[in-house]
Amino acid sequence: MQRSRLVFWIFLAPVLMWLLLLIVLPHLDLLTMSFRGEDDYGDMVWTMQNYMNFFIEPIYWLTFVRTALYAMITTFITFLLAMPVSFFIAKLARARVQGALMILLLLPFWVSEMVRIYGWMILLRESGVLNYFMLKLGVIDTPIEMLYNDATMIMGLVYTSMLFMVVPLVSVMESLDDSLIEAAHDLGAGQFTIWRTIIIPHCKPGITSGSIVVFMLALGNYLTPNLMGGKNSLWFTEQIYNQFIASFNWNQGSAFGFLLLLLSSLIIWVGLRVTGQKLGEVAS
Amino acid sequence: MIRSLPRSKTYDWSFNGFILLYFTFLFAPLLVTCVLAFNNSDFPSLPWQGFSLDWFLADGPGRIGLFHDDQNLRSIVTSFQTAFFVSILSVVVGTCASFLFEQEEFRFKGVLYFLMLAPLVIPGVILGISLLLAANTAGMFFDERFGLDFELFRPSFWLVVLGQFSFISTFVTLVVSARLRKFDPALEEAALNLGATRLGVIWHITLKFLRPSILGAGAVAFLMSFENFNTTLFLVGSDPTLPINLYLQVRDGSTPVVNAVSLMLIVATSLLAVVNLYFTKKEE
Repeated sequence: MQRSRLVFWIFLAPVLMWLLLLIVLPHLDLLTMSFRGEDDYGDMVWTMQNYMNFFIEPIYWLTFVRTALYAMITTFITFLLAMPVSFFIAKLARARVQGALMILLLLPFWVSEMVRIYGWMILLRESGVLNYFMLKLGVIDTPIEMLYNDATMIMGLVYTSMLFMVVPLVSVMESLDDSLIEAAHDLGAGQFTIWRTIIIPHCKPGITSGSIVVFMLALGNYLTPNLMGGKNSLWFTEQIYNQFIASFNWNQGSAFGFLLLLLSSLIIWVGLRVTGQKLGEVAS
Repeated sequence: MIRSLPRSKTYDWSFNGFILLYFTFLFAPLLVTCVLAFNNSDFPSLPWQGFSLDWFLADGPGRIGLFHDDQNLRSIVTSFQTAFFVSILSVVVGTCASFLFEQEEFRFKGVLYFLMLAPLVIPGVILGISLLLAANTAGMFFDERFGLDFELFRPSFWLVVLGQFSFISTFVTLVVSARLRKFDPALEEAALNLGATRLGVIWHITLKFLRPSILGAGAVAFLMSFENFNTTLFLVGSDPTLPINLYLQVRDGSTPVVNAVSLMLIVATSLLAVVNLYFTKKEE
């Protein structure tokens, strides 16, 4: 096809503006800001102090490690829950039900995360709906506070990122040929063997892309840990928010932000490496 | 095991039970939120005090329903405006990007493509703070050099639009690219041979072919913008979007007005999502 310089530039210019002005420059700014700080005289100088603070103050790096760990736990639980669900939709449900189930699956995801978390708060808090019913049924005598602990927070994180695991899993399971499972069954393989040697290996690409997205969403989530985790379950994004909005220490906040970015990119990179995938494949 | 293989009754029942539980888990918080919007009580909790439309219609002074609640109404309007501009901008730039990456060859294409995908792995919080920093730096630069003061460089409506646009464009690009890959270049070549200009071909043929995916991507962009929290949190100025506004209310103790707002949101997004789904189905 004949090339046209004009058309090329019409496409390139907006894309370049977007990527340079909104992606590249801001993150370079983030990086430089994280190395700036006030010296003893109150002048701005280049310094490693912001990163030093991170390692010196245990609360910072402990929160960091905790966030990473909990994001991994969240990812794993999400995977465990999503696996049978997607198997049911792809392999067990009748064709007519299948479409309906997919729609049902997608609907809650489109409703704002804020609304969904709010729903959980009404359900779980001390004066909440669950406590009300349990008291009425005589299961408990005094209401229990079910919000503001780590288990509930992880449940919330699983809930909000569930669909990003189920959707890729359903699509890889649909591409699995039924006759493979039938053949294995005819040859006498048990359930466990079929899962271990056929289903799981086939689903690997879906598992990776689902895990990467869920992990990243959990790691960068602010809303769920903030509203469901309460005071004693710190999340690293809250530290960033506090530095920026509460303490107004933007340089410290930038260092934290950059560390979080580094962590998420690193883990995603490792995930892609281990499974031999490309970011573009995972995305689409 | 699967549809075509014999399964035991227990297997079927336990699997169906699991799926039922899963969908209960998925919809319980949404359902509770909706039901309690009609409870004739000052708190979003049980016991049920009777049916009431107060949280929609009441006109003060004791209760103020959603339709008289200026703060909530204004945030809904703000969210609509934000989502409108974000979807227009990201559809235009995203479409340009998919033409650029699918049909043009140039140096550094790989680098640019990687940058385009980057927002997928950057946590929303980081996008927010880095843009906040960059805007602040730019604002200081213009102020010191030229004594100019731009509203855009402070947390404001337009900064929120830019922040959401910066990562939603990536999704639009991926959706439109997938469709563009299916386009038969012979159609373009035929038109070019008949004397059409490149721009004419794109306008009359390629864009027409892409229209369903562009509309779909626009709807998705609209919903993503409407429910975004993490990026918006750092860029929001004096007029909060709906999720931010809901967050502030829930954090500081909420009334069932929040349920009423949530109900409207759930109904509206479900409708939009179903319509979008219907059209993509029809297209296939």
